[in-house]
Amino acid sequence: MNVALAKTTTGATLDGTFAAARGRLPGTGPVVETRQRAFDQFAVTGLPTRRVEEWKYTDLRRLLGDVAPLAGAPDQAALAEARKAVAALKDGDTQKLVLVDGVFAADLSSFSAGNGVTVHALSAVLADDTSAVRADLLLSTVNDPMLALNAAFATDGVIISVADGIDCATPLQIVHVTTKPNTAAFTRSLIRIGSKAKVTLVETFVATEAAKAYQVHDTTVMWVGDDADLQHVRVMEDAHDAASIASAIVTVGARAKFNTFSLTTGGGVSRYQSFITLAGENSELSTNSVHLLRGQQHGDCTFVIDHAKPGCLSRETFRAVLDDRAHSVFQGKISVHQIAQQTDGKMMSRALLLSDDAEIDNKPELEIFADDVQCGHGATVGALDDSLLFYLRARGLPEKEAESLLIQAFVGEALESIVNDDLRDVAIGAAERWLGTRV
Amino acid sequence: MAAVQETIDQVRLIDVDQYRYGFETLIESELAPKGLSEDIVRYISAKKNEPEWMLEWRLEAYRRWLTMEEPTWARVDYPKIDFQDLHYYSAPKKKSIASLDEIDPEILKTYEKLGIPLREVAMLEGVEPQPGDVDPNRRKIAVDAVFDSVSVATTFQAELKKAGVIFMPISEAIREHPELVKQYLGTVVPTSDNFYATLNSAVFSDGSFVYIPPGVKCPMELSTYFRINERNTGQFERTLIIADKGAYVSYLEGCTAPQRDENQLHAAVVELVTLDDAEIKYSTVQNWYPGNSEGKGGIYNFVTKRGDCRGNNSKISWTQVETGSAITWKYPSCILRGDNSRGEFYSIAISNGYQQVDSGTKMIHLGNNTTSRIISKGIAAGKSQNTYRGLVTAHRKAKNARNFTACDSLLIGDQCGAHTVPYIEAKNSSALFEHEATTSKISEDVLFYCVQRGLSQEEAVGLVVNGFVKDVLQQLPMEFAVEAQKLISISLEGSVG
Repeated sequence: MNVALAKTTTGATLDGTFAAARGRLPGTGPVVETRQRAFDQFAVTGLPTRRVEEWKYTDLRRLLGDVAPLAGAPDQAALAEARKAVAALKDGDTQKLVLVDGVFAADLSSFSAGNGVTVHALSAVLADDTSAVRADLLLSTVNDPMLALNAAFATDGVIISVADGIDCATPLQIVHVTTKPNTAAFTRSLIRIGSKAKVTLVETFVATEAAKAYQVHDTTVMWVGDDADLQHVRVMEDAHDAASIASAIVTVGARAKFNTFSLTTGGGVSRYQSFITLAGENSELSTNSVHLLRGQQHGDCTFVIDHAKPGCLSRETFRAVLDDRAHSVFQGKISVHQIAQQTDGKMMSRALLLSDDAEIDNKPELEIFADDVQCGHGATVGALDDSLLFYLRARGLPEKEAESLLIQAFVGEALESIVNDDLRDVAIGAAERWLGTRV
Repeated sequence: MAAVQETIDQVRLIDVDQYRYGFETLIESELAPKGLSEDIVRYISAKKNEPEWMLEWRLEAYRRWLTMEEPTWARVDYPKIDFQDLHYYSAPKKKSIASLDEIDPEILKTYEKLGIPLREVAMLEGVEPQPGDVDPNRRKIAVDAVFDSVSVATTFQAELKKAGVIFMPISEAIREHPELVKQYLGTVVPTSDNFYATLNSAVFSDGSFVYIPPGVKCPMELSTYFRINERNTGQFERTLIIADKGAYVSYLEGCTAPQRDENQLHAAVVELVTLDDAEIKYSTVQNWYPGNSEGKGGIYNFVTKRGDCRGNNSKISWTQVETGSAITWKYPSCILRGDNSRGEFYSIAISNGYQQVDSGTKMIHLGNNTTSRIISKGIAAGKSQNTYRGLVTAHRKAKNARNFTACDSLLIGDQCGAHTVPYIEAKNSSALFEHEATTSKISEDVLFYCVQRGLSQEEAVGLVVNGFVKDVLQQLPMEFAVEAQKLISISLEGSVG
């Protein structure tokens, strides 16, 4: 077909952005080619609109308008600001890997090498002309415009490898700090957990005060080895005028456990899309997501779970509490392959609307090709139960306090899924901060 | 859990190779030339002696259709349809018919074979149903029989007229009640609605028209029976039912077609309108030829059905038993515009062989205190694909919208697929939506009650859900009742969400 694709203004400016940024992006030869292919793939649709089924409820062309220019490498002042932001985190005892404006900052990180855990900066590997696999680091098994855009622009990230049988007592933490206004950072991290290894991974997103209207585009690719155990906690508290478009691509091995929790209280426009493949038999997956949104915030939580092998169990929990004009989206898809007999998949989405102008869109989807399975999904939408409120108020609790109590109970189930005590406290703390600032 | 043997046997009974209605009636037909153009639209309009405004309406739809693209979002897969390779009009060759006796006996025989008595003789001779009379054949049903593109007979017209009910082919209604047709046609499914609805608007040839005047409860069930007979034709019927204030009507629809190797297109549009306090109950047993066991032939059933609860306290209920068609693409929907209006959708969709079903409903809550209920059971066997696709949405200003949805699917064998794609959109906090696909979660209270009285959990669930669906299905008329009963007795055991 020789028809030229009609480019929107967004597409045209992005062309320019990509051309301008190309020189600064790490990697040569095959890396450059892979980036160009990824960009071409993105350019076919450009920023997804509601006409792209997977993005039906998150029309980025409308919500985002445009992709901001690529953030420059952080200078000393930015690093100093970022250091303060990292120090302010109360995440307990973790090994921190810090990315500032899309660049790995070794000085700010508190990672001690050895003990079967290795860490590399993505930019270093991409730029290493002797590495045969460097271009593969940008490939993904999922076809999605924003994943493609991330591959085209990714400046840095961390590559973590945990050797077989290692039990990482201290959680690993990737901290994303943004210091510059009106820019976009593109990061991509890859984490490989060896078989029988046990790891807790935390992802944190924060910004310094100077950062306004910035964009975070992140991709995390994870492999969980056979019999391995990965506990994953993600807390997103970006500024309310920021955008966060993040993807996770996870492959889970046989008899492995993957437990992921994500809390979104920040971001004006955010989407966390997770593509999880249960690629080994008898593995267990648990996903727990919480949206606490207010004002004009738009949050999107999309999970695509692929049961590719028999005997796996998956549990998905989603809770949204929406105030003011907030808009939350939950899309959960359970896909069961023909050979994946004895699959047990459940998904439950519940939304609590605190305001008349809040909106929730639910799309819990099942795609089943095996007959001996148990799959189910449920979705409820409603306001706070008046009779419960009355009960609490009759016992002397002020209205706001009674509401807070009910909201805490509502999201409690998801928060309780975090195994690590310190991290659970962190998530509960973030939820309480949100409740505390409710007017 | 896998499906139980009993269920497997029951589904086999309605297997594709057992299609009982696959015969062909040899009669002379009048065919429009193949292909679609403005001339064909004019030809159809002229055949129907339509007034000028109707032709203009059709032409406008046709011109719009030319600019539209076939929808591809449904989970169905079929070779591209050549819309120029179809006859858009086919009618049994016969001059005007004054009474049933003048209908081609072959056609009458066809309907008799299908178990649809067009002759009202017995009824007219005063064989009224007696109390306690269990023979369902004694029930009175007015039938409008549509053969290819035209309505061949409408029974009980005189008796209906006495009650003020208008029940006639839509082609006649356009001539005899233009004011009603003009007022309502295309107001629920506009000509611009979707590719197939627009095509239908341009070329529809017949269908039924029903108007129930204010305060009238239609004295009998109304029914339309659709039969595709001619080769290489598309059937495009259009049904319009209006229940005026306080009126009630129950309407039934059945469909069959001969067994053929090539696919045939059926693109119908059904529009329902209920004004204040009115109710329409619309039931379908769709049994178009599904193709043979290798997936050859069968009907493409691309249908747009929509009801508009325009008045306050009005109600529309859709019941469908879908067993036929090579491909089903249909979403009977309710627009709940009036305050306190209610929409219901009960569906049993069974697919077998190479059938593909993508069906579901839309409940659009616009008025205050509107309620809707969706119960959908999908059963996939053989190499079929069965998808439930549904939308429940509450508008920003629709206070106290309520919805309950339960959709279960059952797979028999590992060569088929069952899919669920619900969209649930709440745009204000007073909306209360429940969507469940886990059988054990259906009303814990009722389950507890049953279990307490000694039923197992499984039996209790079966009782609750079957009991609920049965209520509606039992209202189906005789010729559908047997088939429907068979379907509801299918065990819920081994269902998946």
